[in-house]
Amino acid sequence: MSASAPLPTTASAASTPRKAVALISGGLDSMLAAKVMLEQGIHVEGINFYTGFCVEGHTHAIRREHQLKPKRNNALWVAEQLGIKLHIVDVIEEYKDVVINPKHGYGSNLNPCLDCKGFMVKKAREWMESHGFDFIITGEVIGQRPMSQRKDTMPVVARESGAFDRLLRPLCAKLLPETLPEREGWVDRAMLLDFNGRNRKPQMALAAQYGFVDYAQPAGGCCFLTNEQYSHKLADLWAARGTKQYEIDDIMLLKVGRHLRPRPHFKLIVGRDEGENNFLNGYRKRYAHLNATSHTGPLVLLDGQANDDDLLLAARLTARFGHGRDAERVEVAVTDLSGTTRTLTVAPLPANEIPAEWYL
Amino acid sequence: MVSVSKHALDARGLLCPLPVIRTQERVAQLAPGDILEVTATDPGVLADIPAWCRVHGHQVLETRRNGNLIVIALQVTA
Ligand code: SF4
Repeated sequence: MSASAPLPTTASAASTPRKAVALISGGLDSMLAAKVMLEQGIHVEGINFYTGFCVEGHTHAIRREHQLKPKRNNALWVAEQLGIKLHIVDVIEEYKDVVINPKHGYGSNLNPCLDCKGFMVKKAREWMESHGFDFIITGEVIGQRPMSQRKDTMPVVARESGAFDRLLRPLCAKLLPETLPEREGWVDRAMLLDFNGRNRKPQMALAAQYGFVDYAQPAGGCCFLTNEQYSHKLADLWAARGTKQYEIDDIMLLKVGRHLRPRPHFKLIVGRDEGENNFLNGYRKRYAHLNATSHTGPLVLLDGQANDDDLLLAARLTARFGHGRDAERVEVAVTDLSGTTRTLTVAPLPANEIPAEWYL
Repeated sequence: MVSVSKHALDARGLLCPLPVIRTQERVAQLAPGDILEVTATDPGVLADIPAWCRVHGHQVLETRRNGNLIVIALQVTA
């Protein structure tokens, strides 16, 4: 910056732009909401919360590296397109209570969307207060999602987050009561929008108007909890342990591999390709594990307690999922938690002896 | 006289976006001009850390790959 730039002698409200913190998921709606505010001269910075269930990121790390599309973090990509800062915040620990005890219950799977929205807006409010920002914006649209984005749930999020009328939803603000930024004239209500319902056409049209291309369009939602199969695996984990708790490793592993529970007291996680095997390999010190030595095949982690009969069954399953599946005998190395390895020679379990219920 | 201080962050074994989050937390404690060398194993950092730096105006000085290890050196700007 040039040293001769004139310094303002008086700080008027007009010369210091108001500041909004925008919840940025990486999807189109929050991108548009932030853009609408930037167009009104508001200083916007983005915030993105990492819960451990986010679809962003991991699957890239787990899968093999060669991909047609370069890997990218969509929230960072959005921030770059908009020319705003993005703060990514680790909320893994605090978020557990949202997933384990949601006051408003779950959606169609284990997604606690309404509690989750309240939690994220609350965290954004805390950030706003500690960073001297004025208000919070989200990309919510009334009627967009059955659980968390309804006209009657909008005030719930505003109230439970403690954000109250400092929470502005630019994409549907015209359908909601006036908020503080509108009343104070920081933003012009007439320039805000009235999007409503599941129709995405208005968003696409606005995106085209702003020249946004190549934005991410997640199908289900922003996180794995909206995924039926994932939720099923999480419910199984809770049922098997007899308690609704989880650690970050647990929920990461639910994203990887084929999961089978042949007995109530143990389950197997079977790598499906080289990328998954490499990923599971990183956990081999924390889990008993199996791999065929006479043939190529997956790395298999064993979660739970297994006696000798169970280990034999696990070894036969390990053989089943490798290239020795049609061989008469396969040698399988079984390594326990202490790191001791022994080799079992087993017959691969025939496919018709694996009940469908074992697959989670 | 201002001396550049060098710092190291071990983000091995972490999956994206955790290496970026740890980088962000660490950079918040550093002064402009300081250099931070992040060592990670998730190839996602090759895209994410430079993107994070661009968004915040920091500069990537160097990216090295050594087998599974990825080392990214960045310089903190004001
Ligand atoms: S989909 Fe996941 S991240 Fe999005 S609101 Fe629902 S619970 Fe929260």
